[in-house]
Amino acid sequence: MQDRIKVLIVDDSLIIREAIHKHLKQFNIEVVGTAEDGKVALEMFKATSPDIVTLDITMPEMDGLTVLEEMLKIKSDVKVMVVTALSDKATGLKAIKLGAKSFLPKPFTPDKIRDSFQRLIGQNL
Amino acid sequence: MNETDLHFFIDSTMNYFEEITNQKASAGIPYIKDEAPVVLEYTGIIGISGKRKGSIYITANEAMLSEIANIILGIDKLGKEDIKDLVGEIANTISGNVRQAYGSDFMISVPVVVEGQARDIKLPDNIQSFVVPLTWRDHKSFLVVCLE
Repeated sequence: MQDRIKVLIVDDSLIIREAIHKHLKQFNIEVVGTAEDGKVALEMFKATSPDIVTLDITMPEMDGLTVLEEMLKIKSDVKVMVVTALSDKATGLKAIKLGAKSFLPKPFTPDKIRDSFQRLIGQNL
Repeated sequence: MNETDLHFFIDSTMNYFEEITNQKASAGIPYIKDEAPVVLEYTGIIGISGKRKGSIYITANEAMLSEIANIILGIDKLGKEDIKDLVGEIANTISGNVRQAYGSDFMISVPVVVEGQARDIKLPDNIQSFVVPLTWRDHKSFLVVCLE
């Protein structure tokens, strides 16, 4: 059996963390942690070394784009899906330029997050 | 702030309800906020800085937020923390989405949530605020936009 994909969910909203967890349950994943701010996210990232991170941008302590850069310094092959209300094109391009593999604007439906995740894991994980 | 600005926020709010609940909300006629308080059981507030300054908030009752949270999570029994969190997340999404119109130097804060019917929500005195009454299903809520 294939190893389960390790996922870290980062968002300052409790309900969004719960929703992402619920919508991704159908995949062969192990949620190794959920974090409500950027600092906690980095600590969890170091401790759990996830394969995929879903990452919000507007968060207390440290914003998601800074977190993204730090994560890539630690593990360059981590796949980061940015999930944010900042839905303007410039923010999306910036996230991709910094190394995110996927950009999903909020509000998202269950289908949209599953499709984005499916495309992400299809990228030779 | 002009009518176009207000429309950006109203469109963003309508989009939120339709996308998340698959059911349209309707916006009533906006009016200029006076001294009368506009506050329901839970309020999510976002500060705006950068190119534009001000704040926005959405205020709603627990019954409406519970129904939306139930749609999102598919469970009936929700904790108070979920309800509180949701109103902040709605405010965050509405204001974050208007960056499509204003660009990325329209900066938003993390949400602040006020629980309980406070006397009113403090807004900058020197900026006019607009109130948009909202109806979703049979629930009333309000969007308040205060933008320089």
